[in-house]
Amino acid sequence: MLKLEQAVITQDDFSLRADLSIEPHKKYAVIGPSGAGKSTLLGALCGFVPLAHGRLIWDGRDITDAAPGARPMTMLFQDNNLFPHLSVMQNVGLGLRSDMRLTADDMAKVESALSRVSLADMADRKPGSLSGGQQSRAALARVLVQARPFVLLDEPFAALGPALRNEMLDLVQQLVTETGAALIMVTHDPKDVARIADEVIFVANGIAHAPEPAKELMDNPPPELREYLG
Amino acid sequence: MALRAFAISTKTGIGAAALVVGLILAAICAVLTRAEFGSGLGPADWSAIRFTVFQAAISAALSSLLAIPIARALARRRFPGRGLLVTLLGAPFILPVIVAVLGLLTVFGRAGWLNMALSDLNLPTLSIYGLHGVVLAHVFFNLPLATRLMLQAWQTIPAERFRLAAQLDLTPRAVFQSIEWPMLRQIVPGTAALIFVICLTSFAVALTLGGGPRATTIELAIYQAFRFDFDLSRAAILSLVQLALAGSAALLALWIIPSVSMGGGQDRPRQRWDARGGVQRIIDILAIGIGALFLLLPLGAIVTRGLAGILLTPASVWQAAGTSVGVAMVSIAVLLVLALPMAGWIATAKRGSVEAVGLFGVAASPLMIGTGWFILINPFADPIALALPVTALVNALMALPFALRILVPPLRDTVQVYGRLSQALSLTGWPFWRWVALPRLRPQIGFAMGLTGALSMGDLGVIALFADQDRTTLPLQMYRLMGSYQMEAAAGAALILLALSLGIFWIFDKAGRMNAEA
Repeated sequence: MLKLEQAVITQDDFSLRADLSIEPHKKYAVIGPSGAGKSTLLGALCGFVPLAHGRLIWDGRDITDAAPGARPMTMLFQDNNLFPHLSVMQNVGLGLRSDMRLTADDMAKVESALSRVSLADMADRKPGSLSGGQQSRAALARVLVQARPFVLLDEPFAALGPALRNEMLDLVQQLVTETGAALIMVTHDPKDVARIADEVIFVANGIAHAPEPAKELMDNPPPELREYLG
Repeated sequence: MALRAFAISTKTGIGAAALVVGLILAAICAVLTRAEFGSGLGPADWSAIRFTVFQAAISAALSSLLAIPIARALARRRFPGRGLLVTLLGAPFILPVIVAVLGLLTVFGRAGWLNMALSDLNLPTLSIYGLHGVVLAHVFFNLPLATRLMLQAWQTIPAERFRLAAQLDLTPRAVFQSIEWPMLRQIVPGTAALIFVICLTSFAVALTLGGGPRATTIELAIYQAFRFDFDLSRAAILSLVQLALAGSAALLALWIIPSVSMGGGQDRPRQRWDARGGVQRIIDILAIGIGALFLLLPLGAIVTRGLAGILLTPASVWQAAGTSVGVAMVSIAVLLVLALPMAGWIATAKRGSVEAVGLFGVAASPLMIGTGWFILINPFADPIALALPVTALVNALMALPFALRILVPPLRDTVQVYGRLSQALSLTGWPFWRWVALPRLRPQIGFAMGLTGALSMGDLGVIALFADQDRTTLPLQMYRLMGSYQMEAAAGAALILLALSLGIFWIFDKAGRMNAEA
């Protein structure tokens, strides 16, 4: 269980309050108007944005000040998820060892992750020579080898076409189901919520609301959410 | 999203910066201990100060003014060889001073090409020694720099302005007044200030073309006090004068100096409708023609004369060449050890003040640092035995400001774009350098290494203070040949030096770019 306790995140004159728990093995959608602070919320969970107040607790441990790499989560950003000067294999390998000293065991993990996302024959290519979908899959292979209990997606597939995007979301869904990780994804699209999410975190007016079951919330939205959904 | 930049540790960077400042401060302190202020400044010292400022001012003014028509012509004309000419404008930067001086002597010297032609026509001949020789050499080095800076500025004028001017059918004069003059008013003072600062610490040019009571720079006076009179007190006092003068000028100029872009992007001339007239065409042809001749004739002279002299070069030249290559390689290594951590610190720090640390090296003159370290080493060891290591170190310090200007901007970009991903993957410290920063910056690192190697290869400064017969670099050996009027052998040495400097630059620059990701 991951808990944000009485958290306040401030950036310049923007501030976001959050007091919520995220349970393992569940899939969460983070929705809300643009500029409401969805990315900021994920950034705070991952350690890129400091908490002005409150604590972040994981299984009873206070990880409020832990470095991003030392947290139980892995995040895919909107862009720049791969180093363009490294091969696909190296990019995935960095998920296991930041000094790249991969053992035979590690190599086997990297290879099996690459085959899982159907990139086994692209291992030595650089990201620049891959298509957008292949790049996304390479990043997902790294998420796989990292095998962290929480996977955070900050709209990494926004630049893909609708069909490819859905394909990626399905793949993510399969992967987290296989690994048992919790998924927290930012989205604009109510259809994504219906497609994937168990629970919804609604972010608006400076508050990240506690998660609520997706179906009930979307079928019977409170006024603020109704206004956003239109 | 606020990014806490802990991908790079700032400790090593601050350590490297402290080391640089410490090395220079130690030299200053050593100099201070020897300066006997009672003796004060003599008339010769005052005349050196006056000459230093005067020649720097004239060199800066001439270089900046003459660059205007050349840059303007290059900005609005296309012709075959234009790209090559623009590239060549960068060459004087890595051209050893002593080599250029020999080229200038061949063209403008007592028995040079120009004077031969003049005497054939029964016209009075010109002398290259003294003030006009020093200024001529400084203009030769800095006119191309000024031209590049202005060409860059010309290219920042949006094409739409010229299109609008064409619609309004403005005359060339009106175009100049309304579009080009406002741009020049911004760029010319900064360019002149930069050249002024560069010329203040000129040593090798003054050593070869100046000298005597009427054409001695402070830097040369330090050398003479040290080498001929072994008057450490006078050398020390002059060093302090130099530090105050060049330091304050550099600090003042820091605010107006334009950023020097070393890269390309100057290959595309703007389409200009106001430049079609015959008069405009003639002006441009003259500007480019005379500018190119001024740049190319001395370079050509080095090659032709050098080829004739190369077989006459004594073994000592080849030996010195080997030494110089070694010194250059050590300089490159020292530079990397200092510049990379410092760049890491500067790139992640809040913008501003820390960049000034690199400029410390510009303000402190090489001969002052050399004098200081001579004084420090003297009680413990024979400074002459350490001539080569000290030279390599000082050369690296001199290249440091340029290296930082090259490395910091792309490193700052890398941290911005890949900082979060690196943190998420725990890529900090050495793994960040190994897997992210070094591969991303390889072209710039190669360029900085090449530049440092070429500058060190061609440097005639500190080594002249320390060296004896056994320990000499190629530029010094060449200077000695010139001093003993073995001009053919000197020309051969010049060609070798030219080839080595350009070769070192080319190899590192090329290696950096090879297979580099965009």
